[in-house]
Amino acid sequence: MIRLKDVEMEYDNGTRAIKGITLTIEDGEFVFLVGPSGSGKSTIIKLLTGEVEPCAGRIMINGFSVSNISERQIPLMRRTLGVIFQDFRLIEKKTVYDNLSFVMRAVGASPKEIQKRIPYVLNLVGLSKKSNSYPTELSGGEQQRVAIARALVNNPNTIIADEPTGNLDPERSLELMNLLVKINELGTTVVVVTHEKDLVDHFGKRVVTIDSGHVINDSVGGYVGGHIHG
Amino acid sequence: MGKHDFGYFFHEGLSNMFSHGFMSFAAIGITVACLLIMGTFTLVAVNANALLQDLEQENEILAYVDDSYTEEQAKALQSKLEAVPNVASAKFISKEEAMESFAEQYPDESLFQDLDPEIFRDRFAIKITDLHQLSQTAEQVKAVSGIAKVNAYEEIAGGFITVRNVATVVCVALIAILFVVSVFIISNTIKLTTFDRREEIAIMRMVGATNGFIRWPFVYEGFLLGFLSAAIAFFLQWGLYAAVAQGVDTNDTLQLIHIIPFQQLWPAVAGIFAAAGIVIGVGGSLSAIRKFLQV
Ligand SMILES: Nc1ncnc2c1ncn2[C@@H]1O[C@H](COP(=O)(O)OP(=O)(O)OP(=O)(O)O)[C@@H](O)[C@H]1O
Ligand SMILES: [Mg+2]
Repeated sequence: MIRLKDVEMEYDNGTRAIKGITLTIEDGEFVFLVGPSGSGKSTIIKLLTGEVEPCAGRIMINGFSVSNISERQIPLMRRTLGVIFQDFRLIEKKTVYDNLSFVMRAVGASPKEIQKRIPYVLNLVGLSKKSNSYPTELSGGEQQRVAIARALVNNPNTIIADEPTGNLDPERSLELMNLLVKINELGTTVVVVTHEKDLVDHFGKRVVTIDSGHVINDSVGGYVGGHIHG
Repeated sequence: MGKHDFGYFFHEGLSNMFSHGFMSFAAIGITVACLLIMGTFTLVAVNANALLQDLEQENEILAYVDDSYTEEQAKALQSKLEAVPNVASAKFISKEEAMESFAEQYPDESLFQDLDPEIFRDRFAIKITDLHQLSQTAEQVKAVSGIAKVNAYEEIAGGFITVRNVATVVCVALIAILFVVSVFIISNTIKLTTFDRREEIAIMRMVGATNGFIRWPFVYEGFLLGFLSAAIAFFLQWGLYAAVAQGVDTNDTLQLIHIIPFQQLWPAVAGIFAAAGIVIGVGGSLSAIRKFLQV
């Protein structure tokens, strides 16, 4: 479960990106985070991953209190999250398989677990045949699916994606969103930041709208508010 | 993460090292040079010290008595000599005794066998307490009336004391400087690897790898660089030492200098090189990854 209570956040240069957000996301939910450029969506994601710290309020993530988390617990908290970036962030000199085994190793998985888990996850994202390819040999959509596989491979409780479809054409975007919905149906909480109004409308999931560091709407259904770009 | 995955970290460390072949080579080169210079000066100091100790054991001044003195008059000088500060004892050696011991020392040289005792002088073998004051004491002995000539190893002893002192000072200074330089170079080599691996590091953090897990490969890299440097430096030092020792042994004018055989020294040299190499390597890597010590 993710819970933000009266969270405020200010960057070092004085930009107040988040001005008091209260938001709860239950286990197993699928949530779209939408809003204009510069409204603070990515900042919320960074708050969740611990990349930046709130200056006020409280954040709870899967049982960890981010505000007063000890240094030792940060890795444990991060293991409950799978993060997907717009620019994929795959390691180009590692094969698809090695990109996945690398992150499993990083959290101490045994070779046996790795051998068992990777084919399952690659199959889930439809990339079983690309196991030995390098990222540069893959299309943008395939690369993004590797990124999803990597976010999934350590079996996190929650998947967080910041504009995962940003670099994809509409068809690939739809495919990818379908994949995230499928993953959600298998029991993983999914939080997706997106600009794509059509997609949000298509899935009819919960939509949280951010503007100028505030939540201005939180409802199930389509895109709300007129001035959405993208 | 439970167990320490030695194989994995070692492998990562090794591949880090090879990913920057040239920098690693340069880092090893500098560290080897550092260890060699350190080692060479230390060995010179050790040898000078050993020679000094040899000399100290026979810390004798030979004081020759004036020819015009009879043996009785000469013997009477003993108490005067023993009154000189820093003189531990003075032993009278007559001309005849001197000749006998000379003949014993050079038994093969028949030329000297039937020397006239008259060409030898009565003398005192004087033991002194503090070798550092050898030259003052020699002067004072010479000032005693009836002593014609003093023969002390003062120049040699002084020479060795200087060599030892210079070697020690240079040694300490060089060790300090070269240590810092080596740590700096290794640190930079490893910083380059961390820069190379920044994406991987970012991802490892993002998925919840512990700091320890992220750091270990770099610590191993530093360890390997330091250890390899130590091994190379050890063999070079050995070769260098053997060559110098042989040069000294076969050189007639350096007869007096006795070089400690490397066989006696190698365990200490190996131990010190390995320890210094590892400290330099691991120190360098820790300084490079300091920022990963925080989250
Ligand atoms: N590293 C930073 N330092 C200072 N200010 C920042 C930083 N990152 C973002 N900001 C500012 O914080 C505010 C929120 O930025 P954020 O990246 O969260 O927006 P966003 O909703 O993700 O926008 P977009 O849809 O364009 O990605 C903006 O005003 C932005 O300029
Ligand atoms: Mg953004």
